[in-house]
Amino acid sequence: MSVNSSRFDSAIGWSTRPDAWVGKGIRVVLSGLAVILFCGPLLVIFSGAFDHNPDPTQLSVIPDHPSLINFHVAGENKIWHYLANSLVIAGGALLLQLAVSVFAAYALARKKFRGQAIALLVILATMMLPEEVIAIPLSLVIGDLPLVHVSLKGTLLGVILPLGAWGFSIFVMTEFMREIPAELEEAAKVDGAGELRLFAQIILPLCRPALGVIAVFGFNMIWEQYLLPLIVAADPSDYTLTVALLALRSDDQVGTGIVLAGALLALVPSLIVYLSLQKSFLRGITTGAIKG
Amino acid sequence: MTAVQPVSDTRDVGSTASGGGAVETHPVRRRRRRRLTGASFVPWLFLLPAALIFLVFKFIPMAEGIRLSLFEVRPFLGDIFVGFKNYATILQDEKFLTASWHTLVLAGGQTLGAMLIGFFLALLLEGHAKSLWFVRSAVFLPVVAATAVIGEIWRLFFYPAPEGFLNEIISWVGLGPWEYIHDTDTSLVSVMFVGIWKHAPYDMVLILAGLAGIDRQQYEAAAIDGASTPQRIWNVTLPALRPVVTILLTLAAIRGLRVFTEVYVLTGGGPAGSTDVWMTRVYTTAFEQSEAGLASAGSVLLFLVTLILTVSVQWYRRRKEAR
Repeated sequence: MSVNSSRFDSAIGWSTRPDAWVGKGIRVVLSGLAVILFCGPLLVIFSGAFDHNPDPTQLSVIPDHPSLINFHVAGENKIWHYLANSLVIAGGALLLQLAVSVFAAYALARKKFRGQAIALLVILATMMLPEEVIAIPLSLVIGDLPLVHVSLKGTLLGVILPLGAWGFSIFVMTEFMREIPAELEEAAKVDGAGELRLFAQIILPLCRPALGVIAVFGFNMIWEQYLLPLIVAADPSDYTLTVALLALRSDDQVGTGIVLAGALLALVPSLIVYLSLQKSFLRGITTGAIKG
Repeated sequence: MTAVQPVSDTRDVGSTASGGGAVETHPVRRRRRRRLTGASFVPWLFLLPAALIFLVFKFIPMAEGIRLSLFEVRPFLGDIFVGFKNYATILQDEKFLTASWHTLVLAGGQTLGAMLIGFFLALLLEGHAKSLWFVRSAVFLPVVAATAVIGEIWRLFFYPAPEGFLNEIISWVGLGPWEYIHDTDTSLVSVMFVGIWKHAPYDMVLILAGLAGIDRQQYEAAAIDGASTPQRIWNVTLPALRPVVTILLTLAAIRGLRVFTEVYVLTGGGPAGSTDVWMTRVYTTAFEQSEAGLASAGSVLLFLVTLILTVSVQWYRRRKEAR
């Protein structure tokens, strides 16, 4: 209520008095620098992608000669094909991941059964198993699936399926479902709802906030994948957009602008997802505190 | 094959459950029947998709990796069992030893650097004002951008000629020109810098959450006692952030040990192996030298180190909480 109490709203003690213009000025300048440092490089991707023939020595935030030529040439280098690969993988793997997480969490949070503790422990173990570590044997497994002996090498499914279950999503979902009061379920059971209806009509709609969290984290995790699409690919036409960037750059015929056009196309979906589900994202970080 | 049976049981349980207690005359008997027949299968049905995917794409590869690490893998010729020879080879391999040193330096530098920058960002941007929220959102963008994208843009910034973007900027203060990722002396530091840039905003968000949990009255009390701002941060803020810092350190260290994409897209391990880390080494061994056995041994070793690190941090935290 006093001036003091608002002053101590932050650890530094940034003053909130209108006449404290020195402190305010310092803060504005430093914040501006932070924005330039952390966003500037991403803005350069935008300008470079739209700049006709950008020179790596003359990067700028505003294109000198605005044009769409880079996207045109990038199209000739199959950039739309790579983007389609990326989008199909992201969409398919995300849907699968959401469904698998919700199902698993329903069992773990709403049921009591023998072996529950072990199931939780096993899922925890998958989170301690870095995907990089199993990359090499995984490439062999994908080339020859156990029992069915089907090869997923060079298919999008080969990237989608391994991403279909993620311990982090299952955990976030389980934690959330535990909070739903049991009375709701009991009331529905009395009304004659079966197991599936209970799940689909009572539990699932209540989980929407947690779905937002695991959707944005799941997308980020899938879009970030690099090693997996790289080892699943049978030839360069199987690459995702992020993996294709390196191949594009290594090609002497392809200029900086075309690589940047590709980088921009790989950046925009992450930006869209982040900006539209930002609250879920930040909530997920602080509650889950787990990455990758 | 057992999966077919529970389906009919599920429906059974659904109807008995929906029937409620009114129909049942022997509630005790009913409960026992449920346990033995239907209900105990239902949870497993819901867990089945996750279990299948984990089994096929996590646990079988892990087992296969451990098996391969004990073999000399020869495609089409048949593998030869060699015991722990692959492990011995790797632990004596000059390149793997250099790579492990690079990995430790990179993981340590990135972890500490990102945390320090993240801490300053958090101090700078703490508050409820709308403008601060905007700045925080903007600063967070490097976290959501894919590493491959970030690698491309930083490669351009690191353009080694004097006219290069970063060289131009550092020339304003009389530095440079440097060759960044193209010079064996500066390449590892340059990769580290990009990692710090990408991960610092993530740390910022966690530290901000930690800052928000600090009791405001403690600040006020410290001010009344005549503490200066640095003293207040040192004596009140930092101790309160200790749990957050522990989490951050663990996560970042594990992430740092298995770093791959950053290095792969920025330098590919070069120049002259000066940025080669454990996972790029494993990748080269597996896919360029086709030594799956050796590479598997390298992966298993990395897994063991990660596991020991995770478990010991957990154990340490438990012990501290118990005290």
